[in-house]
Amino acid sequence: MDTILEMRGITKTFPGVRALDDVNLAVRRGEIRALLGENGAGKSTLMKVLSGVYPHGSYDGEILFDGRAVQFGGITDSERRGIVIIHQELALVPQMSIAENIFLGNEVATRGVIDRNTTNDRTAALLAKVGLRESPETKVGDLGMGKQQLVEIAKALSKRVSLLILDEPTSSLNERESDALLALLDELRAQGITAILISHKLNEISKIADSITVLRDGATVAHHDSMVSEEQIVREMVGRPMENRYPDREPRIGEVVMQVRDWTVADPLRPERHAVDRVGFDLRRGEVLGFAGLMGAGRTELAMSLFGQSFGRRLSGSVSIDGRPADLSTVPRAIAAGLAYVTEDRKSLGLVLDDNVRRNIPLANLPGIARGGVIDQMRERSVAEDYRRRINIKTPTVEARVLNLSGGNQQKVVLSKWLFAGPEILILDEPTRGIDVGAKYEIYTIIRDLAAAGKGIIVISSEMPELLGITDRICVMNEGRLVGEMPTAEASQERIMEMILRASRKPERAGHGAA
Amino acid sequence: MAQPDIPAAGTAAAPRATAGFIRRNIREYGILFALVVIMIFFQVVTGGTLFRPVNLTNLALQNSHIVIMAVGMLLVIVSGHIDLSVGSVAAFVGAVVALLIVQMDLNFALAALIGIALGGVIGAAQGYWIAYWKIPSFIVTLAGMLVFRGLTLWVLEGRSIGPFPRDFQSIASGFIPDLFGSGKPNLFSLALGAAVAVLILWLAVRSRQRQAAAGIVEEPFAFFAAKNAFIFIALVWMSWLMANFRGLPNVFIVMAILIALYSFLAERTVVGRRIYAIGGNAKAATLSGINSPRLVFLTFVNMGMLAALAGIVVAARLNSATPKAGVNFELDTIAAVFIGGASMSGGVGTVVGAVIGAFIMGVMNNGMSLMGIGIDFQQIIKGLVLLAAVIFDVSNKNRG
Repeated sequence: MDTILEMRGITKTFPGVRALDDVNLAVRRGEIRALLGENGAGKSTLMKVLSGVYPHGSYDGEILFDGRAVQFGGITDSERRGIVIIHQELALVPQMSIAENIFLGNEVATRGVIDRNTTNDRTAALLAKVGLRESPETKVGDLGMGKQQLVEIAKALSKRVSLLILDEPTSSLNERESDALLALLDELRAQGITAILISHKLNEISKIADSITVLRDGATVAHHDSMVSEEQIVREMVGRPMENRYPDREPRIGEVVMQVRDWTVADPLRPERHAVDRVGFDLRRGEVLGFAGLMGAGRTELAMSLFGQSFGRRLSGSVSIDGRPADLSTVPRAIAAGLAYVTEDRKSLGLVLDDNVRRNIPLANLPGIARGGVIDQMRERSVAEDYRRRINIKTPTVEARVLNLSGGNQQKVVLSKWLFAGPEILILDEPTRGIDVGAKYEIYTIIRDLAAAGKGIIVISSEMPELLGITDRICVMNEGRLVGEMPTAEASQERIMEMILRASRKPERAGHGAA
Repeated sequence: MAQPDIPAAGTAAAPRATAGFIRRNIREYGILFALVVIMIFFQVVTGGTLFRPVNLTNLALQNSHIVIMAVGMLLVIVSGHIDLSVGSVAAFVGAVVALLIVQMDLNFALAALIGIALGGVIGAAQGYWIAYWKIPSFIVTLAGMLVFRGLTLWVLEGRSIGPFPRDFQSIASGFIPDLFGSGKPNLFSLALGAAVAVLILWLAVRSRQRQAAAGIVEEPFAFFAAKNAFIFIALVWMSWLMANFRGLPNVFIVMAILIALYSFLAERTVVGRRIYAIGGNAKAATLSGINSPRLVFLTFVNMGMLAALAGIVVAARLNSATPKAGVNFELDTIAAVFIGGASMSGGVGTVVGAVIGAFIMGVMNNGMSLMGIGIDFQQIIKGLVLLAAVIFDVSNKNRG
């Protein structure tokens, strides 16, 4: 058996934490290896050791690549050997073109002068390989997330990659884009490129991976050379059996709490286009209402425009809450009307990352911890401690910076912030994106409890099993319009996809595929 | 990450907790420590001149305008912006106030109030573009720097205006009267200094007791005791030294009130917290229902008023308004704020840190002048100190 990579006895410690403890990993040439584990299990640390982000000498153990011991002092060393890592947060410069991005740091130049023609020709060849039909001159900022991901892979190919590491490559892609990406990985495998795939999405892994390694608490806990049941993998990841991925609940649905009618929003970049087009729906107390659709279907735009016109400009439409017309024209008014919006992008829109947990939680309701404009520090502290316990935010102290928490715990801080604002209606946009199975379950439990307390809840999600698992009713959106609605009991992934596809095929919209 | 939730009260956890506390708060103690070291250094190399009552008084007087502007600049920088116009605004307001007093015979207090209001209007005019039109503050205030320097020259027609009536001068160079005795030493000043020291100590003890009652004491007792003993002794000793000269300067009282007021505003009020949140993550703050444009606007109005106050103090001290007043004030002020630990990207910094930063600059100016170091080397050394302070910050952050 031809082994391309062998990591032996890797141990990496940070002050006070043993992030990796005697980890062994052997990868065969030409296979796709899935690396699984909860957030904080050590996957990213292991990949940083491999790619030289943590240089040789800062860890114990040895790395053999192509049968030879290697000692990388930095990421350029590993890239020279053909190991390329694509991070979850893409490292592209949005203002620069595809070609400029691909050859960034590796420019095709003679005596410092860039050869634009050769750069573009080579880029075109690489784009053809990854199946991206765009001009090399297109600005990366104008591309959707799925296409940006393909540019990253093209960039890796330009470096003559032999081992490609992908960290959560599909976490911000929709199903169609994800499928395209997986197909590309399959093709690259046929060309002999080895890949290590870090993912939380078990269905993708079962589709594409040849073998699976599971990490937990910085140690290898299992290795499988063929696909095993999802239940078994989940059990190995969390270290305990997990019968249900969604908590049981008995919906008790009450009166209509929010009515949205004829809601139309202009796209700020292209004012003639309606990002949200005549959308209307009712939300009831105790109900969890799901919004399904492809990326760019207008769900986030709908939510953000409802939440104080945070997106676009409203052209028409009205909202009533508890039967009375509601003024949602600014964020403070929307909050006063009882709305909360948990953003899909918690790092750049939800949290003050450099600040601590204590100061993040009351941010949407500072008057709630103040008297006469003066913050009551004891009350602030006790509020933070209270949420830490109730929502189970795993942090040594509420003084810890949010930056240092795992994704799931960051999301719990965002949720705490909005719970403390005391909303009646919560809009949760991709509430479990990029977080691990255990934390997902906890978030679902919070959603269930909020519904049980009589709140109206909207969940926007690109993971259809999640929508089917936790909602009572599902609205389907496509290209800014509401194209269908059904009780979750009658819904299936196939039915939802069918609705979307049928709506996309309408003649007057032909050619306007979602980005 | 698996970490113990509750640090054990036992002996094993204590040293680690202390180490963690030092790591988290190294900046706060470090800057104070740096000021003390610098003061002792100059006290030694100047053969004891630095701590002479007359020199100490001069030091406070000569740096008052930087301290006054630094508290406003701290808020501007914390909100993620910068104000390059403060030196020119100070000069312009000083010139207008001089014109009102000297040539139009206006009452000095009224003229000063008009000057501060004018500063507020100037701040509003700049803040409007920054907050509501999203024009980068660097550009808007760079323009303001040129415009108000030009207006200063125009108002003064290139000459100096002065002298001022005695009452106006006393804003910057007067001392509080001795209500208790003959003024040698100034017993009232001493008593006032001691009273403030006691008040600060009492507030610190009360806050610690409350923390103890809630079981959330973080600061090790040795640190708490050492820090507060140091502050108490330093305050009483300074008051004693100054009481032996002519007592506390009026402008010293103004500074003390501003420091207390703005510290409270920044750390304890809703408005202050929101300014930090805007600087930390403007988008998240807006989506949390915070009216970011209005707060940024008000931050600049406030900065304009404080720049105006500084301009009035400088004019009163020099006993004239001159076209060259306020040159490089913005750079000294901004340097003080960064030496004091504020972050260029916003969201981080303290009022007390900025004030200590201003005094570090002031003590270095004073000490190096006493040593007879030329202005050339003074500039070089101050520049390197600024760079070193920020390098220390960044490396400390990377390690933490």
